[in-house]
Parts: sequence; structure tokens; C-alpha cells
Amino acid sequence: MPKRGAPPEVNAGSMADIAFLLLIFFLVTTTIETDAGLDRMLPPIEPPDQDVVIKEKNIFQVSINKDGQLLADEELTELKNLRAKAIAFLDNGGAPAGSADYCNYCQGERDVASSDSPQKAIISLKNDRETKYGTYITVQNELVGAYNELRNREAQRLYKRNFTDMEAEYLNPETPDDVRDALKEKVKRIQDLFPQKLSEAETASSSK
Amino acid sequence: MSKFNKKKDAALPAVNTASLPDIVFMLLFFFMTVTVMKDSTLKVENVLPNATEVKKLEKKDRIIYIYVGKPTREYEKTYGTESKIQLNDKFAQASDVGDYILQERAKKPQELQDVLTTALKVDKNANMGIISDIKQELRKVNALKVNYTTYEGDAFKNIQ
Repeated sequence: MPKRGAPPEVNAGSMADIAFLLLIFFLVTTTIETDAGLDRMLPPIEPPDQDVVIKEKNIFQVSINKDGQLLADEELTELKNLRAKAIAFLDNGGAPAGSADYCNYCQGERDVASSDSPQKAIISLKNDRETKYGTYITVQNELVGAYNELRNREAQRLYKRNFTDMEAEYLNPETPDDVRDALKEKVKRIQDLFPQKLSEAETASSSK
Repeated sequence: MSKFNKKKDAALPAVNTASLPDIVFMLLFFFMTVTVMKDSTLKVENVLPNATEVKKLEKKDRIIYIYVGKPTREYEKTYGTESKIQLNDKFAQASDVGDYILQERAKKPQELQDVLTTALKVDKNANMGIISDIKQELRKVNALKVNYTTYEGDAFKNIQ
């Protein structure tokens, strides 16, 4: 029994209500978002010192016109066939056995008229000024997808896991350092097997 | 044995709710710490395209954002319906992008200045012309690392 002079106890019964109110406010305003997207490197603006001579057969030219139609290697192509075409081109390995460019892990058709090796193969992407951004991203996505598919295949063969997983783990800041160092070498090796050579020429104007 | 039979009251004891505030506070603090208040209000429509081969953008402190899209309803009268660039809180021209990048870069700590990424948040209905202009500006100021920010989803939805 409290005596007359003792201070009365503060009623804490409504504390939960107040906390709930704040909780709901923060619940509603929170957006736990990590942005995701396609990473790309732009080419530096100063031209390289010497002109590099690239053989016609080592370039896979993709052009998008303003209606979103696709020209891949001078053929009108459906967007959903682009990935398969890009893979066939990258994985071709046309250089003859014994030459310096010979690609011993390629599983392509080894067509002499197509790319020599993945190291030599370049995909060039051209778009119109009036091309829709959505279409452009779809094409980029398919081309990156082609590289990832090939890299996954090699990573499965060499390390029994997917390249995309390895890369995600490598880039994750929470991965411990020793694991990351081990991964770095593997990721680098796979990247060297299929280097991403995606050049973006300046856009053509639609008036041409 | 009779010792155990003594308890006779069948009434259910009330659940003790004394720790409820603690639990709620714990949740509250969690949400308070993970909340990021939006720093710039969008003045352009910004429905991003979908893509499947995405990489996560970790480390928010080393990202510079550029928004592109049609002005929203309330700005339509003053700015028209063509796609516009939004930098921070205002509309800008493609030629302002370079200066903006340099400004933002100067604000970041020294050790981060070389590893910055430019995130392009572009509406999927924008034209590539404006993107090419931006890319050209980015190349001029040597901000070569870009990320086309997208949603995760089927990329073929973009072309419908």
C-alpha cells in the first residue's frame, strides 16, 4: 500500500500505443530498396593512339532502328533470337587448331567466316536517336545475357558453380576477405575466357 | 499426492503483456535505422524498364543519380511533354550534366571520387537521343561507369 506522501506511479500502459504509432509511421514510409541494373562502361573520349584493325568477321553488328526493329549481322532478327545468335557468334572459335587464337573451350560451329575466338569477337551496338529506351535495354539485356550464359557454362565446367553467383558473392561487401580473394582469381579467369567487348558507336541520326 | 491436487481454480491466467512495448520498440528502432528518406522528389515520370541480367548497386554513397522522363502532369504545362533530364530537384539540359557530375564528385570524399557510378534512371518510353547526349557528356567528364537502373523482370515486356 503506498503511503500518502509517496510519488504516484506513472501509468505506462499507453506506451505500447505510442510505440505502435511510431512503428506504423516508419513502416509506411520505409522503402527498403537496393537499386539494380545493367552495369556498363562507356568508352573513353580520346581516341586510341593507333588505329586498331579489326577483321570484318570478328564484328557482330547489331543495329536498332526507330521502330525497334533489329538488324543483327545484316539480317533482320527477332529480339528473342538475338541471344542465341550472339552466343553462336561469340562461341564460334573459327581460328584453326594450332594458330595463336585457337580456342580450345569453344563449343561453337568453328565457322571460318565467323569470329576467330571470344577474345577477338566484338559486338557493336548501334541505335537510332528515336529508338525507345525500353527496346535498347532489352537488347543490352540479351547481349549481356549471352555473355553470362557462356561464362556460366565455363564456370560450371571449371568450378562447378554459376559465374553470376560467384560474381554476386564477390561484389557483395559482406563476403569475408579470404573468400573474396579466392573468388577474385576465378572470376577474373572466367572473365578472360569471355571478355565482354560490347562497343557502342555514337548514335546515328534518323535523318540519314 | 494431495499436494498437487490443491490447485483448483480453472480460470485462465491473463497473458503478461508487460514486454509488449519492448518488442514494439525493437521493431521501431529497426525500421528507424533502415529508413532512407527520399532526398529528391521526382518531377518526371519514371517507369524503369525490366531486365534479367541485373547487378545490385551496393554502397549508396558512391552513386550519382540522373533521372530522365516525361515531365509529370503538373509540370506538363511549363515544360511540355518531351523527355527531360532531372538533376537533383530541377530540370536541366543535357549540357548541364557534365557540370552536375563534377559538382557531385567534388562533394564526395577523396577516396571515393574515382569509384563513382552514375545511375541512369530512365523512363522506358524515353528516346535514345537524350540518352546518347547524356552519355556523351559523361564521357567528356570521364565518368565512364554507368548503371542503367532497371526493375528485375522479363525484358521482353519492355517492347510491348
